[in-house]
Amino acid sequence: MDYETLKLVWWLLIGVLLVGFAIMDGHDMGMGVLLPFVGRNDLERRAVINTVAPHWDGNQVWFITAGGAVFAAWPLVYATAFSGFYWAMMAALWALFFRPVGFDYRSKIQNPTWRSTWDWGLFIGGAVPPIIFGVAFGNLLQGVPFQFNDILMSTYTGSFWALLNPFALLAGVVSLGMITFQGANYLMMRTEGAIYRRVRTASLIFGPLTFVTFALAGWWVATGIDGYVITSAIDPNGLPDPLAKTVATAAGAWMTNYHTYAWAKWVPIAAFAALAAGILFARLGKAGLAFWSSSLACAGIIGTAGVSMFPFIMPSSTDPRSSLTVFDAVSSHLTLGLMLGATVIFMPLIIFYTSWCYKVMWGKVTTEFIAANDKSAY
Amino acid sequence: MLTEELVDLSRLQFAVTALYHFLFVPLTLGLAFILVIMELTYVITDRPIYKDMVRFWGKLFGINFALGVTTGITMEFQFGTNWAYYSHYVGDIFGAPLAIEGLMAFFLESTFIGLFFFGWDRLNKWKHFMVTVLMAVGSNLSALWILIANGWMQDPVGATFSFVTMRMEMSDFWAIVFNPTAQAKFVHTVSAGYVTASLFVLGISSYYLLKGRDLDFARRSFRIAAGFGFASALSVIVLGDESGYTVSESQKTKMAAIEAMWETEPAPAAFTVFAVPNEKAERNDYQLQIPYALGLIGTRSLTKTMPGIKEIKARNHERIENGIHAVVALEQLRRNHDDKTALAQFDAHKTDLGFGLLLKKYIVDVSQATPEMIQQAVDDTIPRVAPLFWSFRIMVALGFLFLALFTLALFYSIKGTFIEKKWLLRWALWFIPMPWVAAELGWVVAEYGRQPWTIYGVLPTHISVSNISVGNIYGSLAGFIGFYTVLLVVEMVLMTKYARQGPASLGTGKYHGEKAAGGALPAGAMADKI
Repeated sequence: MDYETLKLVWWLLIGVLLVGFAIMDGHDMGMGVLLPFVGRNDLERRAVINTVAPHWDGNQVWFITAGGAVFAAWPLVYATAFSGFYWAMMAALWALFFRPVGFDYRSKIQNPTWRSTWDWGLFIGGAVPPIIFGVAFGNLLQGVPFQFNDILMSTYTGSFWALLNPFALLAGVVSLGMITFQGANYLMMRTEGAIYRRVRTASLIFGPLTFVTFALAGWWVATGIDGYVITSAIDPNGLPDPLAKTVATAAGAWMTNYHTYAWAKWVPIAAFAALAAGILFARLGKAGLAFWSSSLACAGIIGTAGVSMFPFIMPSSTDPRSSLTVFDAVSSHLTLGLMLGATVIFMPLIIFYTSWCYKVMWGKVTTEFIAANDKSAY
Repeated sequence: MLTEELVDLSRLQFAVTALYHFLFVPLTLGLAFILVIMELTYVITDRPIYKDMVRFWGKLFGINFALGVTTGITMEFQFGTNWAYYSHYVGDIFGAPLAIEGLMAFFLESTFIGLFFFGWDRLNKWKHFMVTVLMAVGSNLSALWILIANGWMQDPVGATFSFVTMRMEMSDFWAIVFNPTAQAKFVHTVSAGYVTASLFVLGISSYYLLKGRDLDFARRSFRIAAGFGFASALSVIVLGDESGYTVSESQKTKMAAIEAMWETEPAPAAFTVFAVPNEKAERNDYQLQIPYALGLIGTRSLTKTMPGIKEIKARNHERIENGIHAVVALEQLRRNHDDKTALAQFDAHKTDLGFGLLLKKYIVDVSQATPEMIQQAVDDTIPRVAPLFWSFRIMVALGFLFLALFTLALFYSIKGTFIEKKWLLRWALWFIPMPWVAAELGWVVAEYGRQPWTIYGVLPTHISVSNISVGNIYGSLAGFIGFYTVLLVVEMVLMTKYARQGPASLGTGKYHGEKAAGGALPAGAMADKI
């Protein structure tokens, strides 16, 4: 496979991993966001937690693998984004700390204060990472203040607080809404009675919230944010060297791909349609269809961000030619090919055994079940 | 600006978080296989006590595993947050095993651990056993891939430097996978994990035996741990020796420092049991040596010599002077990719590029480096001797003590009299923390001993860091220390609580403390007896 094709394939694959993360880890993070509100006593909360008890750890690997894949396929993006967004990354990391221990330790001690502390820990672990990842995307769309020196060492010149600008916060709300909607739809499938009614209500709040904020963000990108364009000739098959190109900003440039490629507009259309369908199915009580719709919405929303910026991944606002694109932030031809081979072999296996695990554990988790399995359930 | 403070703080944070992460890894690696052995016994014999053993030790496994996962994410983030230039410079090689680790190992381990805990009533016993096996294989495979990545840092095979992309690029994936350094590290590290877990089970079982409770449960656990632990302790020493025998340059430097071997000695070199290394004078003030031993371990021959520190320094002096030409040529090539003379000069000296970069610690334009700077850089190429010398010796001594303990435990298990050997049970109980001490010291030897490089001979630690303000790292380091202290306390409280409670924590009604007080064995436990 030629180098250019591999570079494009890896743009798609990183997208697939991020979407996989949003769908899989998204539903257990969404569970965490809703936990303190839809479970009104210890048994109810345990029922909610145990819908994801056998799965959250496997789901989290989507995130870890996406991180590893960015490292392997886009080392400059990994290096520049993680060091530039230092405090945002630390906050996401520390929020994630609450999940493994929250899940595993919460029910091992009887004390109500102990348990409720970990419930809020799971809330933080569910809510903070999606907000931060949304904020990060919001900043990528606006360009990030960094530049490379002549040996490609990056320096970030912004501050943590500058990341929290209005558009980025809006993107954070879109992301949180999307993940919570996903979690609510998942919980509709796995709970019953009072909990079911509460999560359905949550779905009918967070679905529309995501729809509206996503539309607002789209309008903002189209009218209020300057996009980036490559202004020099680039060789998509060439050795990656981010400093070899010139880049300029232009109003409405993030809309260019929707004019150039006829198929591109179907990505945001799919996002809106899937959100609408998810809301409708939640309203009708069709939990399974609502879940698949919100899963598609995750793909559509993340895909929209990716397609709007293509071929940019991380534009630089202070030194536009340092901007990182799918053509010049990538690994070598050999590494990309090798990683593609590994993905082709392992991804179907992963999907197969993950599905099997869900199949084995499927069914409603009830408070009666928790009471009967007090020692073995979370 | 890459100040020394920035570099030291970045290193400190990495060391703290990595050593902390490794408090949880070895137990996971080993306990997973002990669970496999116990569960295999259960599916074959169909005796419920073995199922209880899997579930109880599995509970402790879970408490430990949660923190392994928590602290593992830190490691993945940290290359990007604090070692950005490293990530760029070697991401093409280093990232791949990490990503494959996710795809091949983490998914397997993490998906099946859910079924391990929650699938008991939904899977037949053979299927559940398969789940446990896959979980154990997954956790050990993840160790394989991360140690391939780490082995490459020690011995960077299968990669070349590209001046256009300004980084190392992979040239031979299989050379990286089958790197002898990586393979030796893998077997040594997982064996150390098996020893850790065996001693954990042995020690806690001894506690029940000393207290005279849950005897049947503890006896069976003790035997399994004794057998598995003996094999592991043997392998950790034999395969540790395999780590010692190596031809790579990084290992030679490390070996010279570990041995405080200043001069190149005539073959076969003596092994220094005890010494007071004096770094200023480049000699040992006192020393006690076993003739020939080191030469045999290090070279597997009677005739090959092993280079001493002074000889290595002399070689590195040449390489640094060579490296200056490589760095100068590279800087010209970065300005103009088509500069033919610069390219010729670069090609002639590029094997020493990393050595030239060592001077960047002292001067931006390395062509202006003074002889004093060059001498400082030469001195830097040898890690500090005393910490390595002692860490290594304590680790090795502990290794032999583990072997002694497990040999006796196995011997008395076979004789069937271990319950009467109170001294053995006490030894096992009080020795529970020691494998952790040995493992952490092992990492100190491996990573501190790699200094001043992150990638041996290729990339100096000094230029590997993220170019961020030191205030950031003070803040994050404080955060890590705070979080990790609280988490460790919580973990220890839970671990102690459940270890003390014993199999009664399963709520089966068969174990100590679950029936009316009186000390007699509960009826269920009697029924399980042979």
